[in-house]
Amino acid sequence: MIHTISHARVPSRPALRIGRFSTVWRPRHFLFSIALAILTGALCAVSLGLGDYPISPLRVADILITNGGSRIEHLVIFDWRMPRTLTAVLVGSALGISGSLTQSVARNPLASPDILGITTGASAASVAVIVLGSGSSGALGWLSSVGVPVAALLGAFTTGIAIWVLAYRRGIDPFRLVLAGIVISALLTAIINFLLTRATLDDATNAHMWLAGGLSSASWSRALPVLGIIVVLAPLFAWITFQLSASVLGPDLARGLGQNVTSIQALLLVLAVVLAAIAVSAAGPIGFVALISPHVARLLCGRDTPPIVASGLFGASLLLTADIVTQTWLPVELPVGLLTSAVGGLFLIYLLISTNRRTITA
Amino acid sequence: MISTIHRGRLIGLLALTTLLTLGCLLSLAFGARAIPLGDLGGLLRDVPSALSAPTIADPNLQVIVEYRWPRTLIGMLVGAALGTAGALIQGHTRNRLADPGILGITSGASLAVVFSFAVFHISSMWATSAWAFGGACLATIVVFSLAAFTGDGSNPMTLVLGGAALNAVLLAVISAFVLTDSDNLDRMRFWTVGSIAGRDMSIFWTALPIVLIALLLALMTGPTLNVLNLGDDVATSLGVHTVRARILGMVIIALLAAAATATAGPIAFLGLVIPHLIRPLTGPDYRWILPYSALGGAVLLLYADILGRLITRPGELEVGIVLAFVGAPIFIWFITRDRVVAL
Repeated sequence: MIHTISHARVPSRPALRIGRFSTVWRPRHFLFSIALAILTGALCAVSLGLGDYPISPLRVADILITNGGSRIEHLVIFDWRMPRTLTAVLVGSALGISGSLTQSVARNPLASPDILGITTGASAASVAVIVLGSGSSGALGWLSSVGVPVAALLGAFTTGIAIWVLAYRRGIDPFRLVLAGIVISALLTAIINFLLTRATLDDATNAHMWLAGGLSSASWSRALPVLGIIVVLAPLFAWITFQLSASVLGPDLARGLGQNVTSIQALLLVLAVVLAAIAVSAAGPIGFVALISPHVARLLCGRDTPPIVASGLFGASLLLTADIVTQTWLPVELPVGLLTSAVGGLFLIYLLISTNRRTITA
Repeated sequence: MISTIHRGRLIGLLALTTLLTLGCLLSLAFGARAIPLGDLGGLLRDVPSALSAPTIADPNLQVIVEYRWPRTLIGMLVGAALGTAGALIQGHTRNRLADPGILGITSGASLAVVFSFAVFHISSMWATSAWAFGGACLATIVVFSLAAFTGDGSNPMTLVLGGAALNAVLLAVISAFVLTDSDNLDRMRFWTVGSIAGRDMSIFWTALPIVLIALLLALMTGPTLNVLNLGDDVATSLGVHTVRARILGMVIIALLAAAATATAGPIAFLGLVIPHLIRPLTGPDYRWILPYSALGGAVLLLYADILGRLITRPGELEVGIVLAFVGAPIFIWFITRDRVVAL
């Protein structure tokens, strides 16, 4: 029998029960998640309307909902612009969710896949393919034939594994995790710089373009894997949230509550790496979305741990906004990753100044 | 009467100095151009007189005097500056993860370089170095203000991540410059790597007084740093003016890091790794750590440069890259051996 929002058995914690599942009913969290979803939709409509053939957002919404519209409008929206907008939504969501998972596992509000060096690993692999790939034999030849996105994926996974191996010492120490990430990032950055100096100027420009992270080369073939992963993971979010509610209490309390701490930490980190890797392979290393989204989502929803779905929705909105800004306001169209890095860096500095160093730690 | 510990440390200093002298000779003798070993003895003996000669007939001697001699001197200077700057940053911020590169100082220098090239079309080595110096100093001010605003910076995470944030902002701006004009990219990609090749003696003579004065000041602040590390309250009660000492420390770090980056480009890792490497030899006493860091930094940079010249003959591997390849595994070994402790 389905009960919905029932009387509060515990004061101020009404329960939402559906069948055998129950959760605490949090109106503000629910409302803001819905609001973020609507915002994402609106930004999509705006983004689909931008370009040499401008279409107003309301008309875009009308076309999408009723599937009407003229042939040219269909061509413009679905063939030209939809890949870019869809990639922005999916990559933003993947980065937002990856960021919230990383912050929960590292139990530090300043952790993110960028700082852990995963995106640097993806970048190093991609730059290697771009610079060396053309006309090389052996392993690099095979790698260049499968293309930059797959190379990015492999690079991210390898780095994730390396960091886990380095940081593991009877459990994950957040400090050692960040430290390992920094060291590996520095090594990979040296490799990238080395490759950039040995490349032809054209290759170097292409590589640097990719490194800045942008949506200009978005296509259906790159967007679909991201869509696939998110669709596969979506049913898991509820289970992940359930596990996280124990994880954030710290490893000792979580173990006392019966959670297998090491495997859950490993699994959550794997998910974070997978999402970050897919996002980087689709659109290059877009900086700081994964860092900011969990914070803003957390503040909006009034929780003290990063909410997963809300982080994803905010990440999507943020990336869409950055993309719209680069297409309209800036005189030159620059890769969207530059905007998110600059704004994100400033936001992080503000965070550092205003935070009371509240780590989610025991 | 010199105690056993002091005697041991003095011997260590002497050993490092010997290594450095040996490194000098090796750096003059070896390089991308292979000079037959038999001739080396005679050539090296001719170097002092050749330094003041207007023209040099022997091509081997010319290579040694015009390319390797400035390179050796600059390598020692930059290495000493970076090693000491790293030890000082780690001491003042009480943070074993601090390093001029991680804190964004070198990105400030790079941004100044790309800006000067893009807007003012400055391409001479000397002028570029001057701009880099200014940019690095500016970035130092920003970074340490950040540390001041977030408390005493005793949480290692805060300073590291603040540096990462500043790096991200500066690198985004640099990317904006670089992507809008491929000439900018061409200029920057060689600067970013960090190399001591191609610099002539004018740069050395300009950087030398700055680095020497800063090194001297640094060595003099060794005792103060020891007292500061007991904690600000204890230091104040012992008569140390903490704010003044910190500001002086910042100025010294800025001068050293800025001079080094201006001369050789952003070289990562030296400032971070050297203090960790020598601490087992010196203990926590900054009166020993600072001179050891200076010598150790010079030795490491010089040997890394020699290695870079020999690995890919007849080409060269830039010293910044060799250091990262050498420094990262060392540091990883440190991490896995629990040698790195969060303060």
